[in-house]
Amino acid sequence: MDTFIQLTLSGIADGAILALVALGFVLIYKSSDVINFAQGELLMIGSYLTYATITQIGLAWPIGVVIAVAAAAGIGVLIEQLVLRPMIGEPVISVIMVTIGLSSVLRAIIGAIWGTSPLPAPAFIPDDPVIIFGASVGANRLWAIGLSIVMLAALTIFFRRTSEGVAMRAVADDQQAALSMGISVKHIWAVSWAIAAITAAVGGILLASIFGGVGANIATVGLIVFPVVILGGLDSIPGAIVGGIIIGLLRAYAGGYLPPELGLGEVAPFLALIFILLLRPYGLFGQRIIERV
Amino acid sequence: MRSGVFHTTYTDDASLRPTRIMQVRIVLVMIAALVFPFFADGYWLTLANTIFIASIAAIGLNILVGYTGQISIGHGGFLAVGAYTAGLLASRLEMPIWLTVPIASFAAAAVGALFGLPSARLKGLYLAIATLAAQEIIIWVINHGDLIGIGESLSLPRTSIFGVVLNRGLADFGFYWITLVCLIGTVLFTSNLFRSRVGRAFISIRDQDIAAQVIGVNVVRYKLLAFATSSFFAGMAGALTAHYRGVISWERFTIETSIFYLSAIIIGGLGSVSGAIYGAAFVTLLPAILSNLGRAANDSGLLPGITSYLPYIQQGAFGIAIILFLILEPEGIVKIWRNIKDYFRLWPFSY
Repeated sequence: MDTFIQLTLSGIADGAILALVALGFVLIYKSSDVINFAQGELLMIGSYLTYATITQIGLAWPIGVVIAVAAAAGIGVLIEQLVLRPMIGEPVISVIMVTIGLSSVLRAIIGAIWGTSPLPAPAFIPDDPVIIFGASVGANRLWAIGLSIVMLAALTIFFRRTSEGVAMRAVADDQQAALSMGISVKHIWAVSWAIAAITAAVGGILLASIFGGVGANIATVGLIVFPVVILGGLDSIPGAIVGGIIIGLLRAYAGGYLPPELGLGEVAPFLALIFILLLRPYGLFGQRIIERV
Repeated sequence: MRSGVFHTTYTDDASLRPTRIMQVRIVLVMIAALVFPFFADGYWLTLANTIFIASIAAIGLNILVGYTGQISIGHGGFLAVGAYTAGLLASRLEMPIWLTVPIASFAAAAVGALFGLPSARLKGLYLAIATLAAQEIIIWVINHGDLIGIGESLSLPRTSIFGVVLNRGLADFGFYWITLVCLIGTVLFTSNLFRSRVGRAFISIRDQDIAAQVIGVNVVRYKLLAFATSSFFAGMAGALTAHYRGVISWERFTIETSIFYLSAIIIGGLGSVSGAIYGAAFVTLLPAILSNLGRAANDSGLLPGITSYLPYIQQGAFGIAIILFLILEPEGIVKIWRNIKDYFRLWPFSY
């Protein structure tokens, strides 16, 4: 029972981070039909920038985090302006490849600045174990759950209450109609990249704490986002959250209950991905696409 | 002056090399390829072998992505299937290379068709993500190779052909002929494939799959066939890599490999056999040239310490090359080459 609670809590914590990252991914896809293969590198940027501001420059952690997240948002907008803007209307393969090229460039820049060996994570998130229902869980995982809920709530309010958020939903719904209502679609694309970079940066900071270091392994989470978004539905924000939690739990249970030498936690999301694609390609909440010639 | 190439007979129209200049050029290229190994040293032979093997895989991937329009991010996995099949056959059963390479190619084709099954229902982006899963699953299987009786890394015995063992001194020279024969076979097969019914069915699926179905193309069957054909050549490239390197491990076939081949066909030109070769040469030569330049700059004292940044420069240049090609010339090197030819053919009236 203890194992169950422990696995469930750490699964939910992983899932919460995945949901956060997937949310940024879905946002970009909804507003501009771009599949972002550089999401993992955005996570890395967030964690390395916090390392720079807190450990290298020595700022107090709240200031350091805010500066790092703001810088990440700036990088997100820059990427959209420089790289994705010229790709409007190009075929799927081109858009996929441009984000792959982008991930290569970002990784090279990070490597040139900070090297490739893992660095210690800035220790402002406590990682001592906490006992809940008799199971011991790292405090950083509870932080991850809490912070993700706060971020998701903030974004929900943003989409429901602010005019910017409503405009984003309008663009996601129907680009032509949004344009004719005077919404600047280009502006919305920039905002969605900024939000994606922010959620990724927060996710990266949390992952650095959970992994116990800032390194390239953070970027591997960028690939696990794919099962999450396919399960939830590529264009559904609630889907990203539900999918994140489900895949997080799946990883935890597959890694914890099945023989550990199999390492099934790593591959289970992708096995699930194949089955989801075969049975329900549009996911749990995704929009069914009807194709017309 | 001539305003274009016109055909007066059907045989003429269907020929692969319609003009005299093209026929002369292919003969010259062949002579160069035959003479090259007698003048090149080990470094250049290694590069040539790497390019030839990469070209085989890139042409294979181009059949799927460029001609049939199905995106695969799983080709690294299909190469791994070929490499490990060849490796197991050569090390456990001591099979000769002329048996291992075809068997490995067919094994990869079977696995490719299996993972192509989602293409029956999915297309575009969803299919790309499904092949990503294929990649991760294949690598996971190999990574846990102890479970199914293969080690995590495999050593192959020295390759021998026609009774001659290709030892260290002879390996590059001997493999040059093996890879060259395989590459010529691949090029001939692929160029002729797209003059046949099957090849035209592939192209019709790329252009408009629903319309293709309406005119009687069995879309699912041909998509699976495209996956199988494409993986066949991936398997061939994998098997050749295994024999050439002598040691294989799963690290050689990660998603980075899939991306490497995708960028080769993007940079070279989608839907073109020569484009795949140009692209494979480009992505193989780019890091080699950069490291030579970097070392020269380091040794001459121009940029001291640059060599420690070389891996990042190579990685960054690779990414920038992909982005620049996609933004500035999405049709790749083939199109640039055609533009240059057109410029001179029409000169001085190049408008």
